[in-house]
Amino acid sequence: MLKILLLFWVLSLQIFLPQHTHAAGKEKTHLVLTGSSTVAPLVSEIARLFEDSHPEIQVDVQSGGSSRGIADARRGLAEIGLVSRDLKENEKDLKAFSIAFDGITIILHRDNPVKKLSNAEIVAIYQGKIKNWEKVGGHDAPITVINKSAGHSTLELFTAYFKLKSTEIHPDVIIGDNAQGIKTLSGNPDAIAYVSIGAAALEAELGTPIKLLPVANISPTLENVQNGRFPIRRPLNLVTQKKPTGWVLRFIQFARSKDVRAVIQEQYFVPLPE
Amino acid sequence: MSPCRSDRNLVILLRLLSAVSGVIVLLIIAFLLKEALPLFQTIGLTRFFSDASWHPTEGRFNIRPMLAGSFLISFGAMGLAAPLALFSGIFSLYYAPQKGARFYQGLITLLAGIPSVVYGLWGLLVLVPLIRKLQAPGASLLAGILILALMILPTIALNAHAALLRVPQALIRGAAALGLSRGQIVKRVVLPLALPGISTGIILGAGRAIGETMAVLMVAGNVVQIPESLFDPVRTLTANIALEMSYALGDHRAALFMSALILMAAVLVLVVAAESIEAKTVYE
Repeated sequence: MLKILLLFWVLSLQIFLPQHTHAAGKEKTHLVLTGSSTVAPLVSEIARLFEDSHPEIQVDVQSGGSSRGIADARRGLAEIGLVSRDLKENEKDLKAFSIAFDGITIILHRDNPVKKLSNAEIVAIYQGKIKNWEKVGGHDAPITVINKSAGHSTLELFTAYFKLKSTEIHPDVIIGDNAQGIKTLSGNPDAIAYVSIGAAALEAELGTPIKLLPVANISPTLENVQNGRFPIRRPLNLVTQKKPTGWVLRFIQFARSKDVRAVIQEQYFVPLPE
Repeated sequence: MSPCRSDRNLVILLRLLSAVSGVIVLLIIAFLLKEALPLFQTIGLTRFFSDASWHPTEGRFNIRPMLAGSFLISFGAMGLAAPLALFSGIFSLYYAPQKGARFYQGLITLLAGIPSVVYGLWGLLVLVPLIRKLQAPGASLLAGILILALMILPTIALNAHAALLRVPQALIRGAAALGLSRGQIVKRVVLPLALPGISTGIILGAGRAIGETMAVLMVAGNVVQIPESLFDPVRTLTANIALEMSYALGDHRAALFMSALILMAAVLVLVVAAESIEAKTVYE
């Protein structure tokens, strides 16, 4: 037993040691990026590309919500904050640089016969005034309302577009991130949720039994997000406290360049117009 | 080097190593206290129980629904897992064929090693849809209780097994010589003697249940409310911290640390209870 433990210990040392010696041999410049859980996976990929072409730079990306992106950029804890929405009035002291766009749409289970919902119906469902699918053209089954937990910009954008107050919403299930929402919905044919179009389109393509609903009769496609016709749309922003210079500026320029279009599309976000 | 000297070195080393683990626990508590203290000074402890609701960004900090969620789920799971675990221990020691018992014991140990996120995924994709067929929405107090019962079952079962094993063979043989049936031996001799050890296992299981986060977060629905039925969704203290810590700032953050402290206190009470029962063990 002891020998096995020792073996594991030595093996784990093997994993960590080379990196340490490497780091000690050559001082790397660190860029710290924190914020939105929607932007973080995308920026991690961009950062990997950036590191490939600039080996002297190490980019650390941490996820934790747009509010944290704002706070960390302000306090200087991060060189760049990640924010998946427009800056608010009281945040205009920060500089924002959009790198891509994302839309938010309503998703239902594939087996749900409902094809579309009007904005008024969506509002009534989330307020708990419509409780059964029968009222909006579906089966006789109670509606399971899935809502995001507070602090996510998906929730802020959703409530702002539908003019809902978060205290008015009567959810049956509260979820943390897009993936949890899609999994919860795929196990419950009578549920309704709203998630990022990118994540939903990817999952639907992989065969998860969900379908994306149009909002205000605009179908939730990446083209409609890019040309601005889809109504619930948000920019994915990099924010800095001061006017960016040096490596920060170079990273932002790289993240907005044509070199990362493929990465952005791979993750089902919408690149900036050319 | 005299044997005495090497002994002393060993003692010093052991003391040092134990001190490290001890100090880390104390440092964690000190850290929680430091983070929670600002809020504690401005609003005091009572507002965590008397506020109208949990809207921390608007300065309302009622954690009672989450406290109720944590305790209902934990005690529900305990109530379900304890008898199962006890019977499983009695079965594998006194009624199962020897080979079967070893295989069964292996399975229980394996159950203990499954990561909680796997339980959570299974619960989300299998258990929750099943419960939904009984009553929507499926993600509920009941789902949380069932998943947690499964998770703490091995902890309690392994402890119960060990406690039953510690009952001296001489007493069992004596009872058999007196002509008691197997059932009577188990009921009248083995169980009363093993009870303290079994109780310790149950309390340790409850401690694990209160602290469990990931699996509960995935199946319990996370709506902040005091549940009125088994089918209502609930949010536990741990799920609340996991959902909100990433973006919480200022007072909100401090409130989450406060709820972490309350969790620590609950677990502390359970540990002390477990220790005091263990201390009363009769057959040593």
